Amino acid sequence: MQSLTNRSENVNRSPMTFAERIYIPEIAKGMAITLKHFFKKKVTVSYPDETRPFSPVFRGLHVLNRDEEGRERCTACGLCAVACPAEAITMEAAERLPGEENLYREEKYAAKYEINMLRCIFCGLCEEACPKDAIYLSETVTPSDYARKKFIYTKEDLLIPNPVTEPEAYKEALGKNQPTTAGSLK
Amino acid sequence: MTLLAFDWTIVIEKLILVAVVVFASLGIALYSTWAERKVAAFMQDRKGPNRAGPFGLLQPFADGAKLIFKEEIIPNSSNKWLFILGPAMAMTAALITSAVIPWGNYLDIGGRHINLQIADVNIGILYVFGAVSIGVYGIMIGGWASNNKFSLLSALRGASQAISYELAMGMALIAVLMCTGTLSLKTIVDQQMAPGHLWNICYQPLGFLIFFVCAFAECNRTPFDLSEAENELNMGYHQEYSSMKLGFYLFAEYVNMFISSAVMVTLFFGGYDVPFLNESLLSPNVAALIGIIALMVKIVIFIFIFMWVRWTIPRFRYDQLMNLGWKKLLPLALVNMLITAVVILLLHH
Repeated sequence: MQSLTNRSENVNRSPMTFAERIYIPEIAKGMAITLKHFFKKKVTVSYPDETRPFSPVFRGLHVLNRDEEGRERCTACGLCAVACPAEAITMEAAERLPGEENLYREEKYAAKYEINMLRCIFCGLCEEACPKDAIYLSETVTPSDYARKKFIYTKEDLLIPNPVTEPEAYKEALGKNQPTTAGSLK
Repeated sequence: MTLLAFDWTIVIEKLILVAVVVFASLGIALYSTWAERKVAAFMQDRKGPNRAGPFGLLQPFADGAKLIFKEEIIPNSSNKWLFILGPAMAMTAALITSAVIPWGNYLDIGGRHINLQIADVNIGILYVFGAVSIGVYGIMIGGWASNNKFSLLSALRGASQAISYELAMGMALIAVLMCTGTLSLKTIVDQQMAPGHLWNICYQPLGFLIFFVCAFAECNRTPFDLSEAENELNMGYHQEYSSMKLGFYLFAEYVNMFISSAVMVTLFFGGYDVPFLNESLLSPNVAALIGIIALMVKIVIFIFIFMWVRWTIPRFRYDQLMNLGWKKLLPLALVNMLITAVVILLLHH
């Protein structure tokens, strides 16, 4: 059979030599190998204490982004929901009323925006589909929970903090100041 | 009255010694469980327990607490008394073996000569063998009383394995006894300590190897842990056991490991002897203390070897195990016995 990698090795099926049949030298060889590993550097990452940096293309929890003035970017066009292969995104659109110009960037906005994190496969297609740069996959891991309905993230869960009024919370939501993220790799 | 003439201090002395030895065995067994997991982890490039206390040193206590608070299940169809007797027997047999092992030379407290050995009986090593064979009952009774086919099968395997390897072990031992000419463990150690005399391992390397392999089988340690065989006979003889009864079985294994290390050190590695040190030049208390430390160091090395082997060599198949015991080790031990006898005969004439 053709080998797919060049790492394969043929099994030695020749009859055992005398040295192999009396076991002891072979056992000693094996013991030497395990003893070598005894002093090797451990590969473990003690997870809660130390974290492995994510890859630069890591796709984590979604955020609904705001612009520099703190207005919501999303116009509830529904392209993300269409692009979503797992059909995890649902939304309802509403019209911006006069006097709400400081809240929403466009005339239409998402009154309700939900992502079912149990269905989401973190493919990032919503991010790619969004024409308004409104939805982003941040560098935060989705927190675990006990109840299924806690995994349906509403607009309040997803919406990023206002960069004008809460700049620090905004940064944290992006995940840029977390030691685990690719942002810190630079 | 003879009762009044009886030296009561010796009873107190022995009681204290018994308590110390039992607690030391339990303590070492306790930390063997921790060490086993550490050794396993280190050999597999992991870190092992490190959450409970510094370096995970409280891990054995956490394990113990967990086992105690787990639900105790006794199967309805089992024989309840025997079911409870099984682990108790395994544990007792493991602990009573320590009675004849000399832990050190002697202490001199207020002019009293205190031997650091619970009982210096002149059948010492035979007593060890006797006690070890009672341990097999623990496995057998546990497996039978569970009323579970798999438990019974693995208990049978365990028992026949123990019996098979005890034979080769005894034969290997006879060669040593022919050299030493005594059954008392204390005398055996004293002989090895005597000037101009080497440790028995130098006279009986093959005997030691056979004894060593058989000790693994007797302790039900990998590669001979056929009576446990978690992944073949789902858990083996202690499958139906839960909570602290299971804990006793597992714990007895570690006590056994400690005791058999002690026996091997005593028989082949000079017991509490420190090489190149003349103990008679030191005061008896200092010499005894150094001796105890030396013995413990040797035992710990052996326990480490037990673990090292466990995480290196895969388990034997049952026919291979029997093949090795009956067709390889037993004839080898007999040949070793014959050679020893011939050499002794030639030296004495």
